[in-house]
Amino acid sequence: MDRKQLQYQVACMRKSLFDQGYLDEQFNQLEDLQDEANPNFVEEVVTLFYSDSARFIHNIEQAMINKPNIDYGKLDDYMHQFKGSSSSFGAKKVKKECSQFRECCSAGNIEGCIKTFRQLKLEHATLKRKLETYFQLVKQAGIAERR
Amino acid sequence: MLNLGYCKGSMSTASSGGVSDQFPVGLRVLVVDDDPTCLVILEKMLRICLYEVTKCNRAEIALSLLRENRNGYDIVISDVHMPDMDGFKLLELIGLEMDLPVIMMSADDGKNVVMKGVTHGACDYLIKPIRIEALKNIWQHVVRKKKNERKDMEQSGSVEEGGDRQQKQSEDADYSSSANEGSWKNSKRRKDEEEEVDERDDTSTLKKPRVVWSVELHQQFVAAVNQLGIDKAVPKKILELMNVPGLTRENVASHLQKYRLYLRRLSGVSQHQSGMGNSFISTQEATYGSLSSLNGLDLQTLAAASQIPAQSLATLQAAGLGRSTAKPRMPMPIVDQRNLFSFENPKLRFGEGQQQHLNNGKQINLLHGIPTTMEPKQLANMHHSAQSLGSMNMQLNAHGDQSGSLLMQMSQQQSRGQILNEATSSQVPRLPSSIGQPIVNNALASGVLARNGLAESGRGTGFNPVSQSSSTMNFPLNTTAELTATSFALGSAPGVPSLTSKGMFPEEISSEIKGPGGFIMPSYDIFSDLQHHRSHDWELQNAGMTFNGSQQSNSLQSNVDVASSVLAHQGFSSSQSNGQGRNISAVGKPMFSAGDATDHVNAQSLGQPLNNFFAENLVRVKTERVPDASLQTTLFNEQFGQEDLMSALLKQQQQAGIGPAENEFDFDGYSLDNIPV
Repeated sequence: MDRKQLQYQVACMRKSLFDQGYLDEQFNQLEDLQDEANPNFVEEVVTLFYSDSARFIHNIEQAMINKPNIDYGKLDDYMHQFKGSSSSFGAKKVKKECSQFRECCSAGNIEGCIKTFRQLKLEHATLKRKLETYFQLVKQAGIAERR
Repeated sequence: MLNLGYCKGSMSTASSGGVSDQFPVGLRVLVVDDDPTCLVILEKMLRICLYEVTKCNRAEIALSLLRENRNGYDIVISDVHMPDMDGFKLLELIGLEMDLPVIMMSADDGKNVVMKGVTHGACDYLIKPIRIEALKNIWQHVVRKKKNERKDMEQSGSVEEGGDRQQKQSEDADYSSSANEGSWKNSKRRKDEEEEVDERDDTSTLKKPRVVWSVELHQQFVAAVNQLGIDKAVPKKILELMNVPGLTRENVASHLQKYRLYLRRLSGVSQHQSGMGNSFISTQEATYGSLSSLNGLDLQTLAAASQIPAQSLATLQAAGLGRSTAKPRMPMPIVDQRNLFSFENPKLRFGEGQQQHLNNGKQINLLHGIPTTMEPKQLANMHHSAQSLGSMNMQLNAHGDQSGSLLMQMSQQQSRGQILNEATSSQVPRLPSSIGQPIVNNALASGVLARNGLAESGRGTGFNPVSQSSSTMNFPLNTTAELTATSFALGSAPGVPSLTSKGMFPEEISSEIKGPGGFIMPSYDIFSDLQHHRSHDWELQNAGMTFNGSQQSNSLQSNVDVASSVLAHQGFSSSQSNGQGRNISAVGKPMFSAGDATDHVNAQSLGQPLNNFFAENLVRVKTERVPDASLQTTLFNEQFGQEDLMSALLKQQQQAGIGPAENEFDFDGYSLDNIPV
């Protein structure tokens, strides 16, 4: 494939990620930060996020195991952190699930929490896959995403 | 202070004086966030704004970075939710210790959280995810803060405008009595500015003048607060009630904030202490409590830091001790303070292990319990008895005198002769009650002395200070006599602060000590030792803080220990590296606060709380100088170096008519640059 085509593909994929609501404006912000010194900045951030988020997910799951005595406060805390982290690079759907989860938390709705959490993990994994593909494409195109 | 000179790379032009052109390029930002993703993104954004970024993921690390390098940062950005420490606590600490602008950030945009940021003193609140545009303008907070400070200073008439900053001498005089952390900072700033005049032409004008919260002023403040009711006390009303020309609402607001923190800490301790320093032991515990409640800081985190305070205290004491020979008054306070702070490593400092012991535990308690009203005489007495304490102070020796004098000055301001009446040489610096208190840690011995002027225990004259601040303390002088007996027992026993002797203090003091008196004491002890030769009449009458011997000096000791530990927890993380360890600055601060406290004490409003308040301050003091214990410095806004403290003390003493403290202060160790010797 020639460069132009690759670039076009990258642009298309990027657009669809935004259109489908996987990413939001914050992702643009990160892309703007990329320069010659850090051409793969966004990818680095996303990689960092995913290595860290595994820990979050684990903690949350642990906190939800003890069914009868769930520490909602702690859960909310974890989720708050998770939300902040995911929103920092524009993970829109993941962020939405986080908010949803927190609402269930404050309502003491454990079932809702479980359900939401499942959904959250799904979104989290989906986004990861998509972004991996995206970054691969970007590399192939041999250019920084935006500049 | 934007020291563009420190900027790397592109900032190099700053040194040539083109600061104004470069600013805000090179702004030194410290970012604190436990989320690595956010941290990396923020760092990148700030770099793009051409700021100099330091990132850390734990609040404790941030604090130690700030403490070690007081002037190394211009602004701090911190997350609200962090696992090791609440962001608001960190905010408070930074505000108290370093007085840097702090921006809070969080994914939480709820009104309550934002409001919390405001009340805790954050200069801005950013909602995550953060955009680079929001970061581009953060420099405005740095400028604004400087401007306000300067304005305050001018209004209070205590400071000259930026250009004159260089003249530390004159300014020192102004600041010497200022309990306000700001004043120290100013002194420090001035010093810094002098060093970097070229680079700072632009920023020098931004120096912040500091309001000098003298003892009287603080008393007025407390009276106003009490009149309004602590819950209803708003800066505006307080300002109106105080009716002090030149005082601005901002001055009051920031002071109120600190005061509130102090009270909060006290409440944590209050359970233990019924009154001022009920029992030293209890106070110690209380201190712990209060310490732990310090801004919500974990003791653990503090514990780590605590190492430093002890050491710093030790150094101070040592310094103080060193001086004691020369100046009866001055060294004492300082020394005490040092002792107080360095409760952690009392051993290090006080050549005599026992002293340290005293210092460590007792200091804190002593301070609490003992109203800072140690009359000078008492202090003098204490000196005698504070021999033991003196030993502690000895460590500080070199600086002891100096510190003592500083303390003395400070205490004088504060306690105005309440505490220890330096009968003899009047040298006994009245360590402002505040000093005594916080410092308690190390200087338990000193603290005890300080309170009663006991610190003397024959150690060194360093423990005079306590008495000085006694002015405000309403402690029955008579008790001091007893104290002297008891507490000064220390004097004879170098190792142990007189506290052990009678044990009067702890219990009695607490009961009688109305106000903060407790604070100052400890610190004074140390100094009193130093000043030992002063012949302070540590009549502890002032110390009458009711350390009527009931307090077993032993308890004092225990208090000291506790205190020290508490202090330790306080996270005196500073600067072990400082080597000097003389956080006189720290000492100074507590003293002043004590002084204020004493004022309060008079007003009887605070009593205990003040002690804790100051104790807390102690904790906060960044011990830049103190190699090990950062206790002391925390109290004094770091900025206030030891020199400043000394000068402050000197001033106080002078004011109190104590004697030629200045001359005596030749704080070797302390970099007292502003000492008007």
